[in-house]
Amino acid sequence: MSEMMTGAEMVVRALQDQGVEHLFGYPGGAVLPIYDALFQQDKVKHVLVRHEQGAVHAAEGYARSSSGKVGCVLVTSGPGATNAVTGLTDALLDSIPIVVITGQVPTHLIGSDAFQECDTVGITRSCTKHNYLVKSIADLPRVLHEAFYVAANGRPGPVVIDIPKDIQFATGAYSRPRDNQHKTYRPTVKGDLNQIKAAVELIAKAKRPVFYTGGGVINSGPHASALLRELARLTGYPVTSTLMGLGAYPAADRQWLGMLGMHGTYEANLAMHDCDVMINIGARFDDRITGRLDAFSPRSKKIHVDIDRSSINKNVKVDIGIVGDCAHVLEDMVRIWRETSPQIDKTALTAWWTQIDGWRARKSLAYKNSSSIIKPQYALERLHALTKDRDTYITTEVGQHQMWAAQYLRFQEPNRWMTSGGLGTMGYGLPAAIGVQMKHPKALVIDVAGEASILMNIQEMSTAVQYRLPVKIFILNNEYMGMVRQWQELLHGGRYSESYSQSLPDFVKLAEAYGGHGIRCSDPASLDDAIMEMIDTPKPVIFDCLVAKEENCFPMIPSGKAHNEMILPDFEGDTGDIIDAKGKQLV
Amino acid sequence: MPNSATHYPNAPKTEPTARHTLAVIVDNEPGVLARIAGLFSGRGYNIESLTVSETEHDKHISRITVVTSGTAHIIDQIKAHLDRLVPVHRVVDLTLQGEALERELALVKVVGKGEHRVEAMRLAAAFGARTIDASLTSFVFELTGSTDEIERFIKLMTVVGLTEVSRTGIAAMSRGPDAM
Repeated sequence: MSEMMTGAEMVVRALQDQGVEHLFGYPGGAVLPIYDALFQQDKVKHVLVRHEQGAVHAAEGYARSSSGKVGCVLVTSGPGATNAVTGLTDALLDSIPIVVITGQVPTHLIGSDAFQECDTVGITRSCTKHNYLVKSIADLPRVLHEAFYVAANGRPGPVVIDIPKDIQFATGAYSRPRDNQHKTYRPTVKGDLNQIKAAVELIAKAKRPVFYTGGGVINSGPHASALLRELARLTGYPVTSTLMGLGAYPAADRQWLGMLGMHGTYEANLAMHDCDVMINIGARFDDRITGRLDAFSPRSKKIHVDIDRSSINKNVKVDIGIVGDCAHVLEDMVRIWRETSPQIDKTALTAWWTQIDGWRARKSLAYKNSSSIIKPQYALERLHALTKDRDTYITTEVGQHQMWAAQYLRFQEPNRWMTSGGLGTMGYGLPAAIGVQMKHPKALVIDVAGEASILMNIQEMSTAVQYRLPVKIFILNNEYMGMVRQWQELLHGGRYSESYSQSLPDFVKLAEAYGGHGIRCSDPASLDDAIMEMIDTPKPVIFDCLVAKEENCFPMIPSGKAHNEMILPDFEGDTGDIIDAKGKQLV
Repeated sequence: MPNSATHYPNAPKTEPTARHTLAVIVDNEPGVLARIAGLFSGRGYNIESLTVSETEHDKHISRITVVTSGTAHIIDQIKAHLDRLVPVHRVVDLTLQGEALERELALVKVVGKGEHRVEAMRLAAAFGARTIDASLTSFVFELTGSTDEIERFIKLMTVVGLTEVSRTGIAAMSRGPDAM
């Protein structure tokens, strides 16, 4: 016979049965019964954040650094739910599996504009993969388990469960999770074998191939990354990746071209433009990647592997679309490749690599270093050199520092890089780092930040100190919203409207005020020692790295331009003339 | 619910509920249907039937017919909330205006042979349904009528080989010379 318990107890029991170890949240009137049930157990550890947005980003960081585990959040009704909206949208755009439980006013008060009431399922409908309002205790156990299934299966995403307070008090029968958690939602994971065979044939016949991989490989688990490496080894073809996919392929490998897209390397973007066969594994032809669509890789046959059928032929028409999970499809590809051991055109491939090496020689990530002022690129190169042999996880905020981090921190493994790609959420990095550190207490977790972004969720320093999470915040402080300033330079005649960071706090004192440790560095010669001090400090650190103020993030595909129209770092001329009137309308 | 553990008031005592048909005149602009459907779901009201079509093309005005149910208080709230939406011109409660005319259209597919086939034809004729498609083994009937009539027809067709039903939902209008 199933066990009888209250709705609040069911929530906590379901979290335990789903293997949730950490729950990020903030209490309030409409979730008090659940907090009471949490108080009376010790299996699920609650992490008290300082703002609900922080709770959702922390759960995202937790999920992304643990590959496959669902992040979990508990917040109250009304403002608790609305504060979670940015995090939900972030998780939707980056396909991160999280379950967010929100309290709601009692069922009989729904629609009466009660205190702290909002239409949570209405508000979150367009920013969740799925959401539920539970109006009967009989539905609660099923919905709780179903939510975890929906969040983690298919293309992952955020799921909201809105639970009115009377349902939390009501008593009903609890049921444990079953194997099939949903009556209709059954995502395809195995790709169509005939399509995969056709894809392998096309790959084998390529003369100028490129693997274009994305976050789907990361989401598919470490096995997918291993298979991608195997397929790349078997074929000898070059590999590039989106921002979301960094780490799936080791950056130290010879076949690695670096990141592609708006701030990608010259060799990656030109390989995409000039290839004859493009093999897209788990990426979605995002506008940061394609640049001008009508000039995107004009002469290539395109293969696209994606778990989401609606991603195929959405922005770019492809020749072979394979709906399936990256690991499953890659496994089939590797197996078929081994079985058929096709003859590849070695002469053509050698010529292709020669051409790529020519592009590489252009050194698109070169920058003019300085002995008097820290260049942001140099700061990240040193950060990488001093952390690469450690158990390191990197999160970022959003802006120039994020792009420089993607360019100069060279990731060797998946799940080590947590950044807000799709939504571009400033304020993501610190709470995400807290989530990562919660999952990996002994690891070195660094939030690469800008001085503007970090202030968007700086209150989470308090969370880090409370739970003794020694996260490191590495601020590239140029006293500008750097990416906004860069675009104003390129698009708006250098009129830096509101992009200067006035009245910044003293970050060293700020760190100390929270109970952390503060470091400031402005001298390139003492940078290494300062970074080592940060690494060796066993508590939260804010590192205020004062860098060159008006450095631009290059290379760059300007808006409205194609892959072969990049601006390179040694560009000399008037940056105000690069983008034409039509390009200025794009973002 | 233990009242001492919550700051919210108790649920009100249960009151009788009634079914109401509302005609809502709106600007036919993008998202107007989502606003109306969202109002119902967000405030926890029921929608039993919903039909929409543009009725005045030159003015881009649509008429939405909503059938809903609730206590007198809830029906009153629904009308007030609908009326408050910016693209809504007016809301008329056809049920309060007396015996409104309510009709819906159903397409009913029946598959069968022999006696069942003959009986399906006879019943369709008795209900005044039109036969709009026929094959050696199937019929598609079109029936217009009140919801009750359509329910009765579908129930009878179930016995003689019903395989598929499509219904439009209710379109409604008040009786007499007065237009809304």
